[in-house]
Amino acid sequence: MPAVAETIEAVQSVTEGGYKWGFSTDIEMEFAPKGLNEDIVRFISAKKNEPAWLLEWRLKAFAIWQKMETPVWAAVQHPPIDFQDAFYYAAPTNAQKPKSLDEVDPELLKTYAKLGIPLKEQAILAGVEGAGDTPAEGRMPIAVDAVFDSVSVATTFKDRLEKDGIIFCSISEAVHKHPELVREYLGSVVPQADNFYAALNSAVFTDGSFVYIPKGVRCPMELSTYFRINAKGPGLFERTLILADAGSHVSYLEGCTAPQRDENQLHAAVVELVALDDATIKYSTVQNWYPGDAEGKGGIYNFVTKRGACRGARSKISWTQVETGSAITWKYPSCILLGDDSVGEFYSVAITNNRQQADTGTKMFHIGRNTKSTIVSKGISAGRGQNTYRGLVRISPKAVGARNFTQCDSLLIGDQCGAHTVPYIENRCMSAKVEHEATTSRIAEDQLFYCRQRGLTEEEAVGLIVNGFCREVLKELPMEFAVEAQKLLAISLEGSVG
Amino acid sequence: MLKIEGLTAEIDGKTILNGIDLELPTGEVHAIMGPNGSGKSTLSYVLSGREGYEVTGGSVTFNGIDILAMEPEERAATGLFLAFQYPVELPGVGNANFLRTALNAQRRARGEPEVDAMQFLKLARAKMKALNMPEDMLKRGVNVGFSGGEKKRNDVLQMALLEPKLAILDETDSGLDIDALKIVADGVNALRGPAFSALVITHYQRLLNYIVPDRVHVLMGGRITRSGGPELAHELEAQGYGQAAA
Repeated sequence: MPAVAETIEAVQSVTEGGYKWGFSTDIEMEFAPKGLNEDIVRFISAKKNEPAWLLEWRLKAFAIWQKMETPVWAAVQHPPIDFQDAFYYAAPTNAQKPKSLDEVDPELLKTYAKLGIPLKEQAILAGVEGAGDTPAEGRMPIAVDAVFDSVSVATTFKDRLEKDGIIFCSISEAVHKHPELVREYLGSVVPQADNFYAALNSAVFTDGSFVYIPKGVRCPMELSTYFRINAKGPGLFERTLILADAGSHVSYLEGCTAPQRDENQLHAAVVELVALDDATIKYSTVQNWYPGDAEGKGGIYNFVTKRGACRGARSKISWTQVETGSAITWKYPSCILLGDDSVGEFYSVAITNNRQQADTGTKMFHIGRNTKSTIVSKGISAGRGQNTYRGLVRISPKAVGARNFTQCDSLLIGDQCGAHTVPYIENRCMSAKVEHEATTSRIAEDQLFYCRQRGLTEEEAVGLIVNGFCREVLKELPMEFAVEAQKLLAISLEGSVG
Repeated sequence: MLKIEGLTAEIDGKTILNGIDLELPTGEVHAIMGPNGSGKSTLSYVLSGREGYEVTGGSVTFNGIDILAMEPEERAATGLFLAFQYPVELPGVGNANFLRTALNAQRRARGEPEVDAMQFLKLARAKMKALNMPEDMLKRGVNVGFSGGEKKRNDVLQMALLEPKLAILDETDSGLDIDALKIVADGVNALRGPAFSALVITHYQRLLNYIVPDRVHVLMGGRITRSGGPELAHELEAQGYGQAAA
């Protein structure tokens, strides 16, 4: 398998240590003034030339947020966040409204090159005439919407997608070009009052992606968003909305990186998915925000609300996440299974090394008849990392014939880390079937020795064993990203043994 | 040539090896026989570099190189292979994947070019055919759900692919039926030649009917108490360690 060779290569390439993506691009920024109040919300809305209804929507969210308390139920610890001591709008000034790709700041393109964004895409971003529709040799075409701090910089393959009637653009653009869709669905899955961070996001979200797949259309390529936090100080509040109309199919991937900073940075995103009859949405995340240093200094607070609604009969929403970064991850991609025979899936790998903390899992709400959900969670704890699976399976009285299968496996490396499993099951339907399996294991000394006796270094051995442990989840990722994910797993665990 | 001189080793402060002297010339196969607790497994782990086995004295050289200072994977790259008494399971790790990773890790360590997936598959298929192994073995997880016999066969396949210069078989015959025993023996015999040597550690003479050793050594109380030709194994079998070894 080339993937493993790549894993090994990746481990070697980072043996000098450090966070590979910890560079910062020098671009002139335009900040909103520091702090958060109604005026800042108005500033953001005005910056984006938003219609009145959206400003009202934001202000309502802000009013709700002000009355809310920071949630404390997650098994994570951090000092209180001073929401007034942060910037809520930062845009690369040159790329604020790229009418054509020529306007994209060359510094940005350099950044993407360093990131190795799957952009043939690089050429397209660079504004090469006619490069728009040709995928790079040997690659599956992937349409990319790149979000740099708060602003969506470029969306590739747009023309090709438009042929099928697919809309893939920044949410700011969608607000202007497809207001009816945005207005109908924004907040329909994650309402403003849903939780503290969702309310905050609703008030100050700056950009994100918007996807609409028309009836019966199978999206011909992977859609992808690449998020990157660059500015010193600001949080990243992106908002993503994906609508799959009846009988459509889409696979979407988000990847994230952030430069290395000493201070903690907040990332509070909201993602909403809506699947109508017979529609399928596959949403994959590879998250490697800066995790902080070995002593726990710096790193991203990744407090994210992701939820999908299977509104139509036989619809399906599948979440796959590989979470290797962030100082703290607080994230529960969930499915509301409304339509009869709808299907929800959650496949997760979460790694915590050094001082990282993750409290992640899913919620599956079974409402329609014969709804099905599958949860496979793989938690890996190393160093002093703390990893919690928190999940809820709720089956309503009407969900006749509902089925859930949950599997939670934890792998421990070393003796100073922790793994915790908090599964809630609420079943109000006699005919439902709910299964839960859980294991906790360690990388055994005999496994390491066996691998090393066959010639693998200790780090190669750990990479191989961990990838094996995560195989059920990794195979759910689109091929190209599975390779990247395998590399990340190995990189994230560097220095965790020996 | 493997040369062991005055080797002493302990586990958790308890001395297990009491001064082993042994010379295994290149091209020969030697058997080490001994009762339970005589230090057979400890010797194989000390030679292959497992953690927790502390060498307290003596030396081990392989073709003139001091291997005791090397990491386990470095020893593997010089051509040392340990066939395990209990091969370890690696859940989710595909057998082909594991074998190719191991092969390439060793090749890389020796400065040789790596083999790609196609080359590897061709190589593996040829070896499996020679060993009369079903091809689906490549697709399964490493030793996961394998029977005892299948695990040993898998070890033999690894040995065939890695082509070691020195194989140490640590009671690899334990728990094997006669068919599996033959496969293991065939695997070792196929590698026999002027550049290959093997240390066959066993409790019983049975395996030595199929892998006929050049020399037999008796290990008792952590040292070699007697050495002889292949006939010594039969003598041990007939008289027991108590009498024959003294």
